[in-house]
Amino acid sequence: MGQITLQNVQKAFGPVHIIKGANLEIADGSFVVFVGPSGCGKTTLLRLIAGLEDVTDGKIFIDGKNVVAVPPAKRGLSMVFQSYALYPHMSVRGNIGFGLKMAGLPRAEISRRVEAAAATLNLTPYLDRKPRELSGGQRQRVAIGRAIVREPKAFLFDEPLSNLDAALRVQMRIEVTRLQKQLGTTAIYVTHDQVEAMTMADKIVVLNAGRVEQYGTPLELYERPANLFVAGFIGSPKMNFISGENAAKYGAATVGVRPEHLRISREGEGWPGTITVAEHLGSDTFLYVDAGPIGTLTARYVGELSLAAGDRVVLSPEPARIHRFDKDGNSLWT
Amino acid sequence: MARMPTRRRIALSTIAAWLVGFLIFFPILWMVLASFKTELEAFAIPPSFLFFDWTLENYVTVQGRSDYLHHAFNSVVVAGGSTLIALLIAIPAAWSMAFSPTKRTKDVLLWMLSTKMMPAVGVLVPIYLIYRDFGLLDSLTGLVIILCLGNLPIVVWMLFTYFKEIPRDILEAARMDGATIGRELIYVLTPMAVPGLASTLLLNLILAWNEAFWTLNLSTLQAAPLTVFIASYSSPEGLFWAKLSAASTLAIAPILVLGWFSQRQLVRGLTFGAVK
Repeated sequence: MGQITLQNVQKAFGPVHIIKGANLEIADGSFVVFVGPSGCGKTTLLRLIAGLEDVTDGKIFIDGKNVVAVPPAKRGLSMVFQSYALYPHMSVRGNIGFGLKMAGLPRAEISRRVEAAAATLNLTPYLDRKPRELSGGQRQRVAIGRAIVREPKAFLFDEPLSNLDAALRVQMRIEVTRLQKQLGTTAIYVTHDQVEAMTMADKIVVLNAGRVEQYGTPLELYERPANLFVAGFIGSPKMNFISGENAAKYGAATVGVRPEHLRISREGEGWPGTITVAEHLGSDTFLYVDAGPIGTLTARYVGELSLAAGDRVVLSPEPARIHRFDKDGNSLWT
Repeated sequence: MARMPTRRRIALSTIAAWLVGFLIFFPILWMVLASFKTELEAFAIPPSFLFFDWTLENYVTVQGRSDYLHHAFNSVVVAGGSTLIALLIAIPAAWSMAFSPTKRTKDVLLWMLSTKMMPAVGVLVPIYLIYRDFGLLDSLTGLVIILCLGNLPIVVWMLFTYFKEIPRDILEAARMDGATIGRELIYVLTPMAVPGLASTLLLNLILAWNEAFWTLNLSTLQAAPLTVFIASYSSPEGLFWAKLSAASTLAIAPILVLGWFSQRQLVRGLTFGAVK
């Protein structure tokens, strides 16, 4: 079991409020990602759940029990750190088994579980090596092994893949997701990478300046962002925002259209402009269009489109895909 | 400009390194050689390098004239005692500054180091008077206190730098793994801190062993360590190079042996903070 509930959790360092009241329900077995720009408080929130920081106010329930006064070791959670935080003087075996040793398990049991975890993570040949003799990806796997071997109520991941190179990151992303589904253990995963968030999460928590901006499934966030911040943060390339007269036509202070929801044509109704940069990726074409008073718009076309900088185009939004926001930036949902 | 072939470069730098090493070592070698010469040969010109009548008479004379073991014992007490006490004080100090720093931590560290920027002779008279009034002159206690205080800033700085290198994440990982404070200390912190502690201890031991200013000024006979023992042979009465060399060789022998066996730790100590 690993159901985690946050009730009005607040954290202040002196006069600075890092977390301004977070309420969350994390269901048992789900994969929840905290995402947000740096400094938004996502790591702090994770550390509050871990118990590595004390809450200033509010309650944290793990399986119905308020744990704010419980030390980290007794919360039954395990954590994977960004820096891996392996014990440099211990072998891989020692690293993975340390938690079990602290729990006072018999040696044979520790050995059995360490070997099982190592087998799951393809670490068996490295069990007797020291962390410094391993590659980045292997170290990462040891850190994950240390977390899974204890069979915790939940895994806490603090940007675990950010030190890996791009190719390995994608591979590990898939491995972590697969492992979590296989074990069925609740996971909370912190990242600033919205692609990681979208691909891995069952549910995403978008944080900004210490506030939960929206909590929902990846597609909910994509299709129905609660406000300008979420709309701009989720999706790549970023959503186009248009304000002023052109937005007023739609009865909103600001309207947002995702690059993939702009139709590209040579002429017709819409927003005319000149291409400033055209990026041809083969699978996609990204156009950056100077649309005069409207500003710069980004348009995405799936497939190859033979247009170049200097060409004139007309961009027209798909009517059903227009997001409308009021003057405070909140969504005007219809 | 074409670069030299790699093998030639390696050969040249090897030769250069040996040359520099030999130059640095030469005074010690010369001293050891001189200690086996007669007084006459010791300052003969041109000097004889290896082909002279090797003799042990200087060592016999030195041992007859002064009590080597007495001074060596004092050196061990003064260097060892001051180092151990300095470590006992510095470990908690450096620990708290490294792991729970406050706004003023940097200032405190700099202030401590600033005491090392003043020449020792600047406080010789007040310290001497204090020692006289408290009856600490020519006492082992007095020497231990002054050397301990003198080296404390460096010990704190070195330990602080080592402790700073221990990543907080690892301590937190241990906490998440269910280690209590005591077990965190035994299984995680101590093994990671031991290399730093060892090199600090060694370096400080050598500094204290070789310290001459305070030991010469604050002790005469009873508490006099080996530095005073050497100095007693460089008297203005005459030049006894061979005997002085024999005394010096005897004085540095223990620390040289210690240094030889702990080279790796020492190098780490001397270059601390230089590389991650």
